[in-house]
Amino acid sequence: MLSVFRSKPKFATVRPKAAKSINGKSRDLSDNLWTRCENCSALIYNKELSKNMYVCHKCGFHFRISAVQRLKYVVDEDSFRSVKPLVSKNPLNFPEYPEKIVQCQADTKLDDAILIGEARINGNAAVVGIIDFSFIGGSMGSVVGEQITRGFERGVVRNLPVIIISGGGGGARMQEGIFSLMQMAKTAQAVGKFRQSGLLYISVLTHPTMGGIYASFASLGDIILAEPQALIGFAGPRIVSETTRQKLPKDFQTSEYALQNGMIDTIVTRVEMKDLLGKLLSFHL
Amino acid sequence: MRTVFEWEQPLVELEEKIQELRNCIYDQEVDFSEELTELERKADKLRKSIYERLTPWQRVRMARHPDRPTTLDYIELVFDDFIELHGDRTFGDDKAVVGGIAIFDQEPVTVIGPQKGKDTKENIARNFGLPHPEGYRKALRLMKQAEHFRRPIITLIDVVGAYPGIEAEQRGQGLVIAECIEQMSFLKVPIICVITGEGGSGGALAIGVGDRILMLEHAWYSVISPEMCANILWKDVERASEAAELLKLTPTDLLKFEIIDDIITEPLGGAHRDYEGIGRQVKAFLRRYLSEIRKISVDQLVEQRLKRFRKIGQFQEKQLVEPKHVKLNSEVDDESGGNNE
Repeated sequence: MLSVFRSKPKFATVRPKAAKSINGKSRDLSDNLWTRCENCSALIYNKELSKNMYVCHKCGFHFRISAVQRLKYVVDEDSFRSVKPLVSKNPLNFPEYPEKIVQCQADTKLDDAILIGEARINGNAAVVGIIDFSFIGGSMGSVVGEQITRGFERGVVRNLPVIIISGGGGGARMQEGIFSLMQMAKTAQAVGKFRQSGLLYISVLTHPTMGGIYASFASLGDIILAEPQALIGFAGPRIVSETTRQKLPKDFQTSEYALQNGMIDTIVTRVEMKDLLGKLLSFHL
Repeated sequence: MRTVFEWEQPLVELEEKIQELRNCIYDQEVDFSEELTELERKADKLRKSIYERLTPWQRVRMARHPDRPTTLDYIELVFDDFIELHGDRTFGDDKAVVGGIAIFDQEPVTVIGPQKGKDTKENIARNFGLPHPEGYRKALRLMKQAEHFRRPIITLIDVVGAYPGIEAEQRGQGLVIAECIEQMSFLKVPIICVITGEGGSGGALAIGVGDRILMLEHAWYSVISPEMCANILWKDVERASEAAELLKLTPTDLLKFEIIDDIITEPLGGAHRDYEGIGRQVKAFLRRYLSEIRKISVDQLVEQRLKRFRKIGQFQEKQLVEPKHVKLNSEVDDESGGNNE
């Protein structure tokens, strides 16, 4: 079920050089000053783009960002403490899986598709987990499942709310077969146990949250938020159109569609996300 | 028309020969009994050698055999006095899922399972056994009802997957699967799940969280179907048999991985060749495991159920050479837990 939908990214990739400018350290943008928004085709000055959290100032299109980038937009500076890193095994001896992991680790500087730890959001402490799409489509294998589960367990022990920001392509990680399917049960149960503690769990859905991730912890939030225009659903749109041979509604499986159908609480732009999260946390102290 | 797999061909031919010989004996009153015994012995041997060596892909195809017993067949074969209960009380009644109350060994139980059709007409009515959200909501409603009346739950799983349709998405297919998984995990009644045919991903797991998970010999259970896996890996559905090997979806693999608890052996040649036989088998296994878990207090059951899934996963702690891991702050100290106020 890994990223079988939307075969090509809908926007231009931002080169690492430009991405670096977020923390204001790189001034050298000489070869890469502009990015074209693939939604409205507007040319956006990179500095402007990064200042606006990679949201097109013309049409509001949300560019895909890494977990590390996103972390900077949602938590207080220097407040993040990562949990013990875990790395994946290859339970099925699936061909080329270990190589893929190593490649993704090199590309993303992450151990697996999740970045998780404790942080503060406008002063409010929480366990914060962010899924990174660039790591095998942000899919959930044993590591992601275990880290999310530990995240909720940590929340109970430390009496902290949990925020998980999902944005993983196909959900369950095919290369780990049944083990990844079982992570859906494991994480859903972790949410269930966490729920009994009376603490708050906010699930934030970003583009795309599908399959096994959507069908487990991501849709079990006490409050479910979504970024605009994120793809949210169980089966990918291509599968749906191939199976039903029907024309899909124009906004099918978008955040707006989910909101209209009563599946999420509200849509929040990336720029407003941190303040809303902070406020929600402060309402649940 | 009867479906005959290519690997069954020699067996079918032999069986036809035996039948011919039998007819001959009947018609002409000639004694061929020695030849007959010999042929039957041969057929037995052939059967064994064919069915003991099925490839994963052949097993997947066995699980999809059009004559394979469906959920309602098992209900008929294994339980008494089944009363079907309909509807999710919210939207409608999904015919792709059947459920209700039945008697098993003199005790009422709740039985639930996706239902495939036997022919095209029934398959259309039952949406080929592919549930919509209301099907899962019905299942969850009946499971909660079972908890309320302290009845054990038995789910019979045979589903390619949750239906990937427009309305299904609109009505929250993913969300309802998540709810089923979560709530089933905490139900204070004994739960046995039997994968009777296809265990297709989240659509199967939604009713697959139990205290004992059993699987028929020619059933499969996987995160993705071999066809879809082949499509992703090689853009070629024709290579599904290779994908089936990679996915380790057979009961033998899953028993080894400790995902399931036991394999229910099928009559030689598959469940579809002997309904009564497979009925007796399923009944015997259910009896054994149900009496086993009935002895455990429900609180303990739930605890064990959660533990069972909690430990699934294969990973290792990362050997830290240096904190090159992103440019973030140090790890949280597990004992004192960082600097939270």
